[in-house]
Amino acid sequence: MYGFEALTFNIHGGYLEAIVRGHRSGLLTAADYNNLCQCETLDDIKMHLSATEYGPYLQNEPSPLHTTTIVEKCTLKLVDEYKHMLCQATEPLSTFLEYITYGHMIDNVVLIVTGTLHERDVQELLEKCHPLGMFDSIATLAVAQNMHELYRLVLVDTPLAPYFSECITSEDLDDMNIEIMRNTLYKAYLEDFYKFCQKPGGATAEIMSDLLAFEADRRAVNITINSIGTELTRDDRRKLYSNFGLLYPYGHEELAACEDIDQVRAVMEKYPPYQSIFAKLSYGESQMLDKAFYEEDVKRLCLAFEQQFHYGVFFAYMRLREQEIRNLMWISECVAQNQKSRVHDSVVFIF
Amino acid sequence: MSGSSSWSRALVLISPYTFSAVGIAISIGVSVLGAAWGIHITGSSLIGAAIKAPRITSKNLISVIFCEAVAIYGVIVAIILQTKLESVPESKKYAPESLRAGFAIFASGIIVGFANLVCGLCVGIIGSSCALSDAQNSSLFVKILVIEIFGSALGLFGVIVGIIMSSQATWPAKTA
Repeated sequence: MYGFEALTFNIHGGYLEAIVRGHRSGLLTAADYNNLCQCETLDDIKMHLSATEYGPYLQNEPSPLHTTTIVEKCTLKLVDEYKHMLCQATEPLSTFLEYITYGHMIDNVVLIVTGTLHERDVQELLEKCHPLGMFDSIATLAVAQNMHELYRLVLVDTPLAPYFSECITSEDLDDMNIEIMRNTLYKAYLEDFYKFCQKPGGATAEIMSDLLAFEADRRAVNITINSIGTELTRDDRRKLYSNFGLLYPYGHEELAACEDIDQVRAVMEKYPPYQSIFAKLSYGESQMLDKAFYEEDVKRLCLAFEQQFHYGVFFAYMRLREQEIRNLMWISECVAQNQKSRVHDSVVFIF
Repeated sequence: MSGSSSWSRALVLISPYTFSAVGIAISIGVSVLGAAWGIHITGSSLIGAAIKAPRITSKNLISVIFCEAVAIYGVIVAIILQTKLESVPESKKYAPESLRAGFAIFASGIIVGFANLVCGLCVGIIGSSCALSDAQNSSLFVKILVIEIFGSALGLFGVIVGIIMSSQATWPAKTA
């Protein structure tokens, strides 16, 4: 019942909620980002980060640093925290935590399949996979020739198996099919996650519905913009949109018919929450759209912490950390390539 | 005990000793339930938050003490109530005075028990939020403590009314 979670939540989730809130206090603040943006070299970045919670992870790295090393070690910190929480969790929190990583699993699967298509080495691809999305038989993905084999050999044993029912075809895998597969899988995953969050009910259902609906809408807009000018038909595009969210179903109808960015903007401005996002962009400009969406996302994720006794804080924390790692990657790349003027283009401050 | 409905006959035929005993049991049992519930809500958050911010542990034990106070109220009232429980001669067992005394002790037990139950819950939930907020920003502790003090006053109200209620539990005198 909504409002009475406080009575029983702490039995199973109290300790972990307190831990995740402790982790949240370790997220980098605007002051940290300002310091990092003023760094001249990657070693400066390492020095600044050693004063934050990333210190123990970066201190043993030898110079010269690479940007990929920084990102890898920061991701390692996130993975350690996640694993610590996962091994302490009981049902249904443990399933909830696992759901958070299925998106990374999908990304890893697509990465390996694409890489194999372009004849890269499997080991090299495995190193690029996101550690949160690893599963046991992931290396066997390189062997599959079409989706049927992909499913039968590898994916039927993973948690992603139920998401494949909509996209098993016997066609061979090529770039277009793989993108469609990725989006179909992600659509099925979001819908499954949404349904899963309705079961605990109460605050978890309400907060997660809002966060997942924003995610679904954002993906719909990105799919639309990315498929303008490709050979993806309207019906195919429509099939990739999720069955929930603010834009469902009328917004999706209109988005499926869009042929350029201004039409997308016209559709989105009918929805007040997205109107404020699109109002920040001038006409014809789409590069800043990603950043505008990230800012709105971060705002909503931070709001999830305002309420106690629900699972949304775990999801919000993982997403905020990933945003922080994206920020660090951007800053490191700008510093490494000496383009410090562009640093503020893509850094989203969390606090 | 005239021929009214059968339920009213059933109620007045229950022995006043039963009512008194149940009242005493509720006063201590339900109070301790409230205290335990509150302490576990506060305790789990406190332990988790103290990992990142060890400084909060000593101050936030106050929340646990407030919850514990609720159980102590229950014990005190139970002891007071059991001293009020006297034997009356068989002939006077269903006299109106006896029934009144039995009901008074029963009501006192319910008042104290349930007031302490919700007080313990209230203080426990606030204590949990207090620990989490204190871990992030230590200036919040005293302000949230004020809310907890108001919450723990609820248990006190219950104790006061319960003791007033039980003071009128006078059993009929032993002489016929």
